[in-house]
Amino acid sequence: MDESLLEKREGTIDNDNETTTWVEYWLEGELVHRSAHVQLKRAVVSFGETAEF
Amino acid sequence: MTNSFKVDLFNAVHAFNATGIPAHTVSTADTFKAALYVTTATLTTTTTAYSATNEVSGTGYTAGGVTVTFGTAPSNTTTTAFLTPSASITYTTVTLSTSFDAMLLYNSTQSNKAVAVFTFTAQTVTAGTFSLTMPTNDASTGLLRLA
Repeated sequence: MDESLLEKREGTIDNDNETTTWVEYWLEGELVHRSAHVQLKRAVVSFGETAEF
Repeated sequence: MTNSFKVDLFNAVHAFNATGIPAHTVSTADTFKAALYVTTATLTTTTTAYSATNEVSGTGYTAGGVTVTFGTAPSNTTTTAFLTPSASITYTTVTLSTSFDAMLLYNSTQSNKAVAVFTFTAQTVTAGTFSLTMPTNDASTGLLRLA
């Protein structure tokens, strides 16, 4: 494959929940590759409580 | 509630039920897995176990997802116990054409019981890789925390 024919598109999503990057390669108008990488910012947190008596 | 108890919860140390033997009587860790779900799935905190319903499907993806590595034991800093997978969760060379936006972490050793649900912006993958990079394993950013 002549890699010079590939069109690269990439982007980033950054919000309170995640930072995501993605990359796409297009060949003659057809999507031939797409990868995505997600960095989660919000963890799962549970709070333990005890009662007083 | 003591700080050590929170770590013990991650490690299934205590059994309060009087009806039988605790689930964990062996010295090996359970196997945890991560499955991906399409946007029409309804995973919430009420999800109790892994289900193949609305799980993604496509080339290179095995139903049930991938194994998650917990190479670092649960720990605590002051009042918060925390636990984070020690490696990214990665689905390599897959094609997932239907948009997905959720990952279920579950215990495949213990009847596929659910642990946690994580959501993100909907994605597709074409002959590529999808990865979830883990945050720093500490009391403020660890993936699973008991505060």
